[in-house]
Amino acid sequence: MSTDVKTIPQAEHIAPDGVKLPVYMDNHATTPMDPRVLEEMLPYFMEKFGNAASRNHSFGWAAEEGVETARERIAKLVGATPKEIIFTSGATESDNLAIKGVAEMYKEKGNHIITAVTEHKAVLDTCKRLEKYGYRVTYLPVQKDGLVDLDELKRAMDNKTILVTIMAANNEIGVLQPVAEIGKLCHERGIIFHTDATQAVGKVPVDVNKQNIDVMSISAHKMYGPKGVGALYVRRKNPRVQISAIIDGGGHERGMRSGTLNVPGIVGLGKACAIASEEMAKEACHLAGLRNRLRDRIMSGLDEVYINGSMEHRLPGNLNISFAYVEGESLLMGINDIAVSSGSACTSATLEPSYVLKALGTGDDLAHSSIRFGIGRFNTEAEVDYVADRVVETVTRLRELSPLYEMAKEGVDLKSVKWAAE
Amino acid sequence: MAYSDKVLDHYSNPRNVGSLDKNSSEVGTGLVGAPECGDVMKLQIKVNPQTNVIEDAKFKTFGCGSAIASSSLATEWVKGKTVDEALQIKNTEIVKELSLPPVKIHCSVLAEDAIRAAIHDWKKKQDAAKPTAVAAQ
Repeated sequence: MSTDVKTIPQAEHIAPDGVKLPVYMDNHATTPMDPRVLEEMLPYFMEKFGNAASRNHSFGWAAEEGVETARERIAKLVGATPKEIIFTSGATESDNLAIKGVAEMYKEKGNHIITAVTEHKAVLDTCKRLEKYGYRVTYLPVQKDGLVDLDELKRAMDNKTILVTIMAANNEIGVLQPVAEIGKLCHERGIIFHTDATQAVGKVPVDVNKQNIDVMSISAHKMYGPKGVGALYVRRKNPRVQISAIIDGGGHERGMRSGTLNVPGIVGLGKACAIASEEMAKEACHLAGLRNRLRDRIMSGLDEVYINGSMEHRLPGNLNISFAYVEGESLLMGINDIAVSSGSACTSATLEPSYVLKALGTGDDLAHSSIRFGIGRFNTEAEVDYVADRVVETVTRLRELSPLYEMAKEGVDLKSVKWAAE
Repeated sequence: MAYSDKVLDHYSNPRNVGSLDKNSSEVGTGLVGAPECGDVMKLQIKVNPQTNVIEDAKFKTFGCGSAIASSSLATEWVKGKTVDEALQIKNTEIVKELSLPPVKIHCSVLAEDAIRAAIHDWKKKQDAAKPTAVAAQ
């Protein structure tokens, strides 16, 4: 029998009350600045423009005071002391400084580094570079839920291991690694533990002492602060960690990171941390509520929808879902009044589907079908409902267009089909 | 990525979506691509046995917007053409019509493959029917 499919043409969408289009729901990529952060930063562009390293006039002192207040605020949020905070240009630099800095400083002790396959490229590519310089790197697999297996980690450690670098929260699936346990294993063996906490700081409680963290990367723009500024926590006692600088120059930041400080940015990062210290607990509950609402509304409207990664150990604002039989980029095109991300190859620079999802054992087909929702401070319930409804409507429309959905409904086992190789 | 207006139009209002009876002797079905690669196109043609003219064409596509647009356009173009004329359609013409960027050229290649695969399937059915005709002579 021939069938005609009357596809519903994509309609113009009118925003319901309380929703302003486009809706931003990609808060793992970056967050909008909190207006309170901007307000705090503004004086440091014009009136307090001084160089924080100028020690002999009031312009320098004013800038330095802003920087030191920020240092205290960041330290407070993560349970550190101000002297343990080093300012950088962002988490990518922090990751580079942590990994290369430790590798260089402790090369007499050993040459082995352990990381995980789901790390951010800032960590993975830094490790790959070190391999070229003679370091040995173990890339731990993750379990189906995205978590590192602690027994595997233990087995990977040997007497040449100098560094373990495992992220606190994943940028795609939001999965929280057992940081405290990993840190404990490292400390028992005298191994330095670095964590890329870019997505975690300001979202979930992070305490460098309770969680046995030695070195930690922080970014401002993932927590409602400005872009281009970040920090690196470097432990000063129990144990005292030393890192070699990768940028040489004027000896700023205790010699670990030369370069004139980005004073307005640093002030912004400090304010973002101060806000998080106050509001994080309440905000996390709110975000988890919105996230669960989004999940439930999508899943009640569609079949064959799969959540990627652990729901239990997860950032409150993260949802990563695969919509079987629908390709991610075409889905993004259908919901073009909503800003989210996809793990589809078509949306990546490398034309490969998400390596994070592949590491979970998600098939390439489902990796191509994935969407990452990142709910943040400024999202509302009305936006969540709008997004869920638009997703359900668009997936339904695209499934009517999908030969895979048709075959699956006819009972064809897609895995058994011999697909023509491209 | 910015899409051309024509891609957006085909994506929003795809032409000839649906399925033809794949068991009919007049229908050829092409199924190309693979789910792992993120693109699967099913393109079907219904051919008039007297004139070899493609009288109807339908498609379903799993893939990005450019893949959907390429296959939608392919069904428009093959309709009304003879099988031999349809075989002349080149992926480069699809690229040009839809202003596809270089990273999306494979979508047009897949659409050309889908046309060829559908025609191949139809021809196979005609050839399979022939021997009995020859034997009858």
